[in-house]
Amino acid sequence: MRMPDLTALLTATAVFTSALAFAAKADEVHVLNWKGYGADEPWAVEAFEKATGNKVVNDFFNSEQEMLTKIRTNPGLYDVVMINAAFNDQAMAGKLIQPIDTSKLPNYADISKDKAGSPMLVHDGKVYGVPWVWGLTALAINEKSFDKPPTSIAEMWDAAHKGRVVIRDDAVEAVQFGAIATGQNINDIKDMDAVKAKLTSLMPQIKTFWSSENDWNQMVASNQIDIGTYWSGSADRAKTHFKLPVSLVVPQEGAVAWLDAFSIPVGAKNVAGAEAFINYMIDPKFYVEWVTKVGAPVSANTKAVEALPEDAFNRKVMGDPEVAKRIQFQAPITDAQREAYLALWQQLKVDVK
Amino acid sequence: MAIFLPLSAMVFFSFMTELPLSGKPWAFTLGNYAAFFSQSLYLTLLLASLRLGLEVTLWCVVIGYPAAYVLAKVLKGRSREAIFLLVILPFWSNGLVRIFSWAMVLREGGILDTALNAVLPFKINIDLMYSYPAVIIGLVHSYVPYMVLTCYLTLQAIDDSLIEAGRSLGASRLQVLKRVIIPLSMPGLVAGAALIFVPVVGSFMEPRILGGRTGTFYGTVIEDQFVAVFNWPLGAALSFILLAVVLVILAVASPVLRRAA
Repeated sequence: MRMPDLTALLTATAVFTSALAFAAKADEVHVLNWKGYGADEPWAVEAFEKATGNKVVNDFFNSEQEMLTKIRTNPGLYDVVMINAAFNDQAMAGKLIQPIDTSKLPNYADISKDKAGSPMLVHDGKVYGVPWVWGLTALAINEKSFDKPPTSIAEMWDAAHKGRVVIRDDAVEAVQFGAIATGQNINDIKDMDAVKAKLTSLMPQIKTFWSSENDWNQMVASNQIDIGTYWSGSADRAKTHFKLPVSLVVPQEGAVAWLDAFSIPVGAKNVAGAEAFINYMIDPKFYVEWVTKVGAPVSANTKAVEALPEDAFNRKVMGDPEVAKRIQFQAPITDAQREAYLALWQQLKVDVK
Repeated sequence: MAIFLPLSAMVFFSFMTELPLSGKPWAFTLGNYAAFFSQSLYLTLLLASLRLGLEVTLWCVVIGYPAAYVLAKVLKGRSREAIFLLVILPFWSNGLVRIFSWAMVLREGGILDTALNAVLPFKINIDLMYSYPAVIIGLVHSYVPYMVLTCYLTLQAIDDSLIEAGRSLGASRLQVLKRVIIPLSMPGLVAGAALIFVPVVGSFMEPRILGGRTGTFYGTVIEDQFVAVFNWPLGAALSFILLAVVLVILAVASPVLRRAA
């Protein structure tokens, strides 16, 4: 093929794909989020559509990098995108998301001040992300294997659990977990060798590396594991929704906390619809239903958390000031750090083979 | 053109510092290929994957060749068709379904464990899940139909009178097998082995699901580069190094195999 032909072909393809991308209708709200993460619950979509007349179109991503690429390569397609606060900075710097007019979101006033004012979401006084929910990457136990829940992260290293420990197959999470186990700040790891040594001694304990909620729940259901790293929202879901003997442990050494927020991409076709959708997502009514029916992380909206029963996990445990003192929120990570963490993690996995 | 365009795009990516899709400035580099040689881990994993490929191929020959022989020379008519269908059936099912069904069988308290304990008078503990043997079992099950099919075709083409001639000239069954049947069916064996070896070396799904903490292989590292850190250039470079190694192995092996065939 001659060069001009190739160029013409590529241009034609580009025009064709962008034509498809711009086919989004004005009264549709295109939402980009993890699959099975609140925004795509059929009852929620139905209630929102009935209340506002906007039609919700869900699309999903499998990693933060994929999410960023999707907004970058489909300008104008998405109206709402769920971005982990640690990635908000990168999305803003890449001019992928626009400032949000919070006066259009009645529920925004009820968001806890420390979350709403997070420097990860607010740049130059402009809000680039509306805090939605937060949660922990902590430990979860198989209740059948423990008489009373452990309090220390050291339980993972206990020889009694050899071959019955799991950890997520994620380099960043593993390294930050190692940082907590060695008493370091997860966002400023000074002694990487200590983290490596600690994780190296953990590897022989491991049964497998989990990657999805389903993996974890299956292994507990068939009584194959005792303890492992797990997400707070998933542990709650495993208990309330799937009736599994799982309970979350926030170890005394601390846990990794993350904050998820909604943003509006640059060039969104339906900003008004996006605002209405975000407002609905942080509404107490939606949140209570989500927790009761499915199980969810902790809402950033204080009124929403107060609307839960007194003894609800997300209110009692996660709202405990003692827990709040122990947790460390994830800050942005550079690409170079990410690569370095992956290299370390792969090396650990190869050494244990 | 249609076949090579996507692959050549990947060759192109493998020499870049950044993916052009990411919107960041990019330049040409050899760094992605250098990364393979700068860390021992990639070489370790490549060797582990090659060993996995050899072991799986060997087991496929051990299981697939006799099965193909029985199909081609022993069974006739209806029973052949029925057995043939049974061999092909797993081949038609989705790969993930196959792997997850093995997960149910192999785990502690799983089907195999329960069944054996129900029959045997003493208590045994079978927990093959999340181990190297589990990966081998899963892969052999997935790939053995290739071996059966290719061997069946060449075995079926062998004229029965050749075997009879050998026997009547005083050759034992073993001698007939060694001097007549195996040489004549060699092309099928070679084709089957190549069809199995190449994809197994790059496999990532089976090791990841069945292998547990021993399940890190060259293929899973490539998958990580594409999916977890979105480093397509490095992932592509690692893939092409694998392709080159596989081609070298096949090139070195082909004269030997051709002589044998």
